[in-house]
Amino acid sequence: MREYYDIQLNDLNNQIIEMGSLVEKSVAYSAMALVKSDIDRINKVSEYESAINRKEKDIESLCVNLIMHNQPVAKDLRFISAALKLVTDLERIGDHAEDIAEISKFVDSQNCHLDKTVFSEIADTAVNMVNLGVDAFIKRDLDLAQKVAEMDNTVDQLFIEIRQKLVSGLKSGEYDSAPALDLFLATKYFERIGDHAVNIAEWVVYSLTGKLENLDDYGIEE
Amino acid sequence: MDKFTIKDMNLYYGKFHALKGVNLNMPKNQITAFIGPSGCGKSTLLKSLNRMNDLVEGCKITGDIRLDGEDIYGNIDINILRKRVGMVFQKANPFPMSVYDNIAYGPRTHGIKSKAKLDEIVESSLKDAAIWDELKDRLKKSALGLSGGQQQRLCIARALAVKPEVLLMDEATSALDPISTGKIEELCLKLKNQYTIIMVTHNMQQALRIADNTAFFLLGKMIEYGNTDQIFSNPREKETEEYITGRFG
Amino acid sequence: MADAINEKQSEIKAINKIAFSQRLKEYKRKPLSLVMYLIVVLAAALSIFALVFLIVYILVMGVPHLTPDLFAWEYNSDNVSCMPAIINTIIITLLTLLIAVPFGIGAAIYLAEYAKRGNKLVKVIRTMAETLSGIPSIVYGLFGMLCFVTAFQWGYSVLAGAFTLSIMVLPTIMRTTEEALIAVPDSYREGSYGLGAGKLRTIVKTILPSAVPGILAGVILAIGRIVGETAALIYTAGSTTGLVDGVMSSGRTLAIHMYMLANEGLHTDQAWGTAVVLLVLVLGINTLSSFIAKKLSSKK
Repeated sequence: MREYYDIQLNDLNNQIIEMGSLVEKSVAYSAMALVKSDIDRINKVSEYESAINRKEKDIESLCVNLIMHNQPVAKDLRFISAALKLVTDLERIGDHAEDIAEISKFVDSQNCHLDKTVFSEIADTAVNMVNLGVDAFIKRDLDLAQKVAEMDNTVDQLFIEIRQKLVSGLKSGEYDSAPALDLFLATKYFERIGDHAVNIAEWVVYSLTGKLENLDDYGIEE
Repeated sequence: MDKFTIKDMNLYYGKFHALKGVNLNMPKNQITAFIGPSGCGKSTLLKSLNRMNDLVEGCKITGDIRLDGEDIYGNIDINILRKRVGMVFQKANPFPMSVYDNIAYGPRTHGIKSKAKLDEIVESSLKDAAIWDELKDRLKKSALGLSGGQQQRLCIARALAVKPEVLLMDEATSALDPISTGKIEELCLKLKNQYTIIMVTHNMQQALRIADNTAFFLLGKMIEYGNTDQIFSNPREKETEEYITGRFG
Repeated sequence: MADAINEKQSEIKAINKIAFSQRLKEYKRKPLSLVMYLIVVLAAALSIFALVFLIVYILVMGVPHLTPDLFAWEYNSDNVSCMPAIINTIIITLLTLLIAVPFGIGAAIYLAEYAKRGNKLVKVIRTMAETLSGIPSIVYGLFGMLCFVTAFQWGYSVLAGAFTLSIMVLPTIMRTTEEALIAVPDSYREGSYGLGAGKLRTIVKTILPSAVPGILAGVILAIGRIVGETAALIYTAGSTTGLVDGVMSSGRTLAIHMYMLANEGLHTDQAWGTAVVLLVLVLGINTLSSFIAKKLSSKK
C-alpha cells in the first residue's frame, strides 16, 4: 500500500544523506584549509558549495511535491517538514564552510604571526558535530542528537577562549590586527556551524518524537 | 466541561459485538470527529448518542452513556433526547414538503403552533445554517428541488430549528462537492460556539481541518482519542499511525 | 434562443436513432435477434388489436342505442333506463370504499410500521390476504348472502352488498398500501425520529403523505373491481331495478343491470348501450382518481 509514496520518501531520505555527506566533506576541508593552509582543499570547498545549493533546491521541491500530492500526516509529516527545515541548516553550514575557506585563502596571503593550530580544536569539534548530526538523521538516533547538543557547549567554550586569546594578543601587539579579525570571524563561523548542527539535531528529535525542543537551552543551562 | 461521557460501553447487534468497551468524553462546544475504516463501529457509536439504534432490532447496549451527567439509556423521554441531540445524515433527507414545512417540522412536533413564532424560527435556523439568502424566496417550494449541498444544509437548518444542544453528523458531506463541503465545514466551525458537534467522517483532511478532538476506531474498539493536532502529527498508537498515513492493512 | 434549444434537442434525438440499413446489417449478423424482434412486435400488435377491437366493437354496437330513454330517471320495462343503476353503482362504490379504505390502510400501517419486521403473524396475514384476493367473487357472494343477508337479516340490501365488496377489495387495498408504505425511504423515518417526533406523528405527517400515490393506485384498482362486480352482488344487493332509498333497500349496479338485460334477451341493444356507459364510467373514475393522485403528490 502507498508503494510509490514510500519510494519517494525513501528518495528524500537518500538525497538528504547525499547532501549531508557533501556538507560533512565541505566543513572538514574548510577546517583543514584554515588550520593547514591547504590550497587544493580551499578550491574544493567552493565546488561543494554550489553542489550543496543545488541539492537544497532539489530536496525542497521534492518536499513540496510530497506535501502537495500526499497531504502527509503523523510520522510522514514530521519527517518531511523536518527535512524541509534541515536542508536550510545544511545549506547554511555549507555557506559558512565556504566563508572559512575564503578567509583562510585571504589570511595566508598575509603575514600572520598566529599559530593556527589553536583553531584545530574548535574546527574538529564543529566538524564532529556536523558528522554526528547527519549520522543521527541517517540512523534515526536520539542519543546521537543529544550528543550533538552537548558538544555545542564545548564549541561555545572554545569560542570564548579563542576570543580572549585574540584580544590579549592584539592588546600586547603580538598579533597583526587584520588577520586576527579575519580569524576571529572564522572562529565565529565554526561556532555558527555548531549551532546549525544543533538545529539539525533538533529536527531529528522532532521527526522521531514530534517534540519541538530547544536542545540549545538544555546544554547551556546545565 | 464534558457534554457526553461514555463509560465501558458495549454494543451488540444480535450476537455481533459491534463496540467493545468504549470510554470517551466529549467536551462541550467543541467538534469531535470519529475516524476509522468502514465497519469499525464509529457510525454505530454516533447513533447510540441519540438512541437511533433503538430502531435497529436486536441491538443491545451495556455500559453508561451520559449527556450532561444524565443517563440517556435510563429513565428519559426519548423524543426529548432526540430534540436535545439533533442528527444530520449521510444522505440529505429533506421531507417531501416545502422548505418552510421542513424547517417547521421539528418545532411543530414540539408544540409550537404560532405562525409568527414559526416564521421566526424558520428564518433564524436558515440563517444559522448559512442558507437563508439562497432560500428566502423559495420557502414555499418543494425541498426536493434543491441541489444536494443545499438539501444537506437545509437538513442542518432543520436540525437546528429544534434548538438542540448537540449536533451529530454522520458523514454529512461525503456525497457533496468540495464547495458545498467547504461551506458545511465553515458552518460547523461557526456553530460550535453554540453547539457541541460530533461527526463521523471518512475524510481525514476534514477531521484535520475542523475537529478539535479525534477518536480513531478499529474493529469496534476505540484505539486512540485525543487532540486532533496530536493525533495527526504524533499518534501514540501504531494502528492510528498506519491508518492516517494510508498504510493500513 | 428557443430555436437553438430545439435544434439541440433534435440533434440529441438523432444520436439515438439507428439508420434502418444499419439495423438490417446488424440483423444479418445475428438472425436470432431479428426473430426476437418480430416476436415482441407481434405480441404487442396482437394485444393492442384485441383491446382496440373490443372497445370499437362495444362502441359500434352500443353507441347507436344511447337514446335519451336509456337515461330516464324512472326505470320501466320499456325504456330499461340505466340511470338508477348508475346512481346505485356510485352509492355502492362510495359505501364500500368508506368501509374498506380505513380498515385496509389501518391494517397496512400496522403491518408496515408497527409489527416487527419478519414477524410470523405478519407473514400469515400477508399470505391470507394474497389468498383472499385470488378467490372467485362468487364465493364472496355466497358468503355475503349467508352472513349479511341471512344471518344478520339485512335482506338483499345495498349495505350487505357494500360489506361483501369491502371484504373482497380489502386485501387489494391492504397490500398496495403496505407496498406503498414500505417503499417510503427509511431516511424519512430517520429524519423524523431524529427531530424528536414520535411514531404516530412520523406516520401521519411524513410517511402517509409520501405514500398517497401508491395508496390511491390501490383504491383505483378496488374501484375497478367494485364497478365491474356482478357475482358477489347478485346474492347480496339483489337486482331490484329502481333507485335505492336508503342502505337497507335492494338495488342493482350497472354491471348487474347489463347482465340482467343480456340474460333476459329482450333488450340486447340496450345492454350494448349500457356497456358503453359502463366503459365511460370506469374511464371517468380512473381519470378522476389519477387527477386527484397527481394533485395530492404535487402539493407536497
